[in-house]
Amino acid sequence: MTTSGAGGASMDTERRLRSDHVIVTEGLGRDFLVGSRLRRTRVTAVTDVTLDVARGEAVGFLGPNGAGKSTTIKMLTGVLVPSAGSARVCGLDPVRERRTLARRIGVVFGQRSQLWWDLPLAESFALHGAIHRVPPARHRERLDECVELLDMAAFLTTPVRQLSLGQRMRGEVTAALLHTPELLVLDEPTIGLDLASKERLRTFLSAVNARGDVTLLLTTHDLPDVERLCRRVVVIDRGRVLVDDGLDALRRRFAGHRTLVVEPVTPAAPPAALPGVVAVTAEAQGLRWRLEFDSTTTAAELIADVARRVDIRDVHVDEPTIEALMRTLYTR
Amino acid sequence: MLSPYPQLVRAGFRRHATYRQAALAGLTTNLVFGLLRAAVLVAVLAQRPVVAGYDVAAAITYVSLGQGLLTVVLLWGDTEMSRRIRTGDVVVDLGRPWDLQAAMLAADLGRAGFAVLARLVPPMLFGAWAFPFRWPTVPATWAWFAVSALLAVVVSFGVRFLLNASAFWLLDARGVIGMWGVVGGVLSGLVVPLAWFPEWAQTALAWTPLPSLFQIPIDVFLERDGTAGALAAQAGWAVALLLVGRVALHHGSRRLVVQGR
Amino acid sequence: MSSRIRSQLAYPASFALDLTAQVIGQCIELVAILVVFTQVSSLGGFDRHEVVLMYGLAATAFGLADLAVGQIQELPTYIRTGELDVLLLRPLGTLPQLLCADVSLKRLGRVGAGVAVLGYAAATAGIDWTPARVLLALTTPLVGAVILAAIWVAANTVSFWLVDGREVANSVTYGSSFSTSYPITVYGPWLRRVLCFAVPGAFVAYFPALALLGRADPLGFPDFLQWSSPLVAVGAVGAAALIWRTGIRRYQGTGS
Repeated sequence: MTTSGAGGASMDTERRLRSDHVIVTEGLGRDFLVGSRLRRTRVTAVTDVTLDVARGEAVGFLGPNGAGKSTTIKMLTGVLVPSAGSARVCGLDPVRERRTLARRIGVVFGQRSQLWWDLPLAESFALHGAIHRVPPARHRERLDECVELLDMAAFLTTPVRQLSLGQRMRGEVTAALLHTPELLVLDEPTIGLDLASKERLRTFLSAVNARGDVTLLLTTHDLPDVERLCRRVVVIDRGRVLVDDGLDALRRRFAGHRTLVVEPVTPAAPPAALPGVVAVTAEAQGLRWRLEFDSTTTAAELIADVARRVDIRDVHVDEPTIEALMRTLYTR
Repeated sequence: MLSPYPQLVRAGFRRHATYRQAALAGLTTNLVFGLLRAAVLVAVLAQRPVVAGYDVAAAITYVSLGQGLLTVVLLWGDTEMSRRIRTGDVVVDLGRPWDLQAAMLAADLGRAGFAVLARLVPPMLFGAWAFPFRWPTVPATWAWFAVSALLAVVVSFGVRFLLNASAFWLLDARGVIGMWGVVGGVLSGLVVPLAWFPEWAQTALAWTPLPSLFQIPIDVFLERDGTAGALAAQAGWAVALLLVGRVALHHGSRRLVVQGR
Repeated sequence: MSSRIRSQLAYPASFALDLTAQVIGQCIELVAILVVFTQVSSLGGFDRHEVVLMYGLAATAFGLADLAVGQIQELPTYIRTGELDVLLLRPLGTLPQLLCADVSLKRLGRVGAGVAVLGYAAATAGIDWTPARVLLALTTPLVGAVILAAIWVAANTVSFWLVDGREVANSVTYGSSFSTSYPITVYGPWLRRVLCFAVPGAFVAYFPALALLGRADPLGFPDFLQWSSPLVAVGAVGAAALIWRTGIRRYQGTGS
């Protein structure tokens, strides 16, 4: 898990290629020419992205709109040529070996459909299996499993155009998994879904990833997706990788303070000047206190400290939210 | 390994078979126009009983088959690929492990197959039932007609594929496609048989794929002279258009992949 | 509305192609007529100049009608997407709103082509010009456009009843355009009755052309019909309004 400059690239790439990495990129970059024929300007969409993703990982690929997420995904799936650097996916050159690569990866675009609009969902699956030349027995086994886990039996014979967005996305994810891809790329898979549909999809994807044979690369604006599915987060902004780290480590590094929420038995003013506490607020007429504390103390020590002074009815610790973390990151 | 293309043919058929009411409505349109067109041709033949080898029965057959083949060969309204290029959905198509042109041809053959049942057979039967009609005299004609109609679909597909692929460069291919629709309607012999055109126009049109679309299949059915040569011309156009289409797709997708546009 | 017009000019190459396609589309029907006259000298009892005159009247009327009410063909789309509900919520007439939703400038191509053909035909058909005939020649395309527009609105109302009404409506709209370009003498008695009385297409070009040419109807229809197109237009508009209102009421009634 490294993010580094492009220096000393090729030897390093060779070494990483031999290891069990599904995605290896080296100084990947992409410029676009925009504007009219007379006044062309060069716009950099992605620059110097060096990244590797090991087999079985689940990586959240985050960034604001226009940060370069989709451009990077297009380069990784072979539908866009990089203007700098190189990429290998499943050991293949994505652009030159696009069709071979297509057999080994699955891609879900939240805003584009790969299903046949006029046909029943089941027929889209059959076609998808045929296009990927999946042996019928394996196809059936895989499909049965997805139908069961995603609860799709009720609408398998419904034409895709009549499905709800949530039902359709379950279909999209299934279609992308039917040929047992090594890598599943999900570009905003939960966009527009209601809470229950999102949750169902997350549960399914986390089960798929937990078996270890499918690597997930996920872009999203929905941070709970990342919290549920990914242990590693890559944040990209203005075409550059800002952060590439574990989610827990990120929390510690950027969001710092956790909060102890205490509910005393009787209303009171919160105690002042406890060791490690950096900010104190009282709510609900003194029936709930929020004590923000840094890493010089632990939750256990702080609870003990408070319990020595007042009777506590209830207590819990709020982790810093990933939203707060992203806010910190994007504004830096 | 099993090939996906037969499956895609079936899917093309099924896709269109789901719109039965639309097919019925379209059939009504075909029949109304058939009546109007037949009336004009019959009025011409009231002046001279045989014009360029067409008598009344041949003219009725001509109009019935032409109206029927219209949806089979498909001159108008195929804009799907250009729309997908414009919206960017084409990346999904390019990201599949298939030959995109072959896949689209397979789907189009399936579509044409359904159109034969829903749109070609009824006007033929209606024409034969209501008016004088010219059936083939030898059974082999049916086989040649089938081959010719199939080649007509492939030629039409080849043209439509190229027109749609122009969206890789133009972005909006609707103007080009609309132009083809209006020009193709008359110059392919859909309204007036090409044999009625002046000599020079016939010679010029023979150098285009236009006669391959409707005129040749209908002439084969009517057992007019020169079936072998006509089929060869169709086959030549089919191969040439498919090859040019491949080159266009290669360059177009290359452009998309390199320029990101 | 001006923004809609400007947006059509945003892709000038595509717009030019569209416009040209419309011009050619209009002229290509003329090509068919001319091809027919390379084989015979008269069609349904009329010579080439006379048929071209009917075509010119019909084509100009069609172009104007298309410009004015062509948007009605989008009615099924408005119903499917629910946009019609938006129109119904506004305190304005539903039909005018629908018709003004988009003015397709490319349709000017058809009008232009029609006027050119009409000008040529008026000069060559050997018309004995009187003030009344000049007036008739100038008003006929407008009156014809009103008749065609009424037919189209009435035909497209079928979309309130049928999901795939567009195709059925097309057979009436484009069928009427095709049929009005030829003298009605080419059609059999059954089709002729439909064209004269059920769908009054014969009043768009055929009867006014007889008046311009000073010919009696070969089929023996009385001469006053030749000057009665404006009355027919009024009747057609009334009938279309009635049908449209019934359709809208049905739509609001079923709420689907």
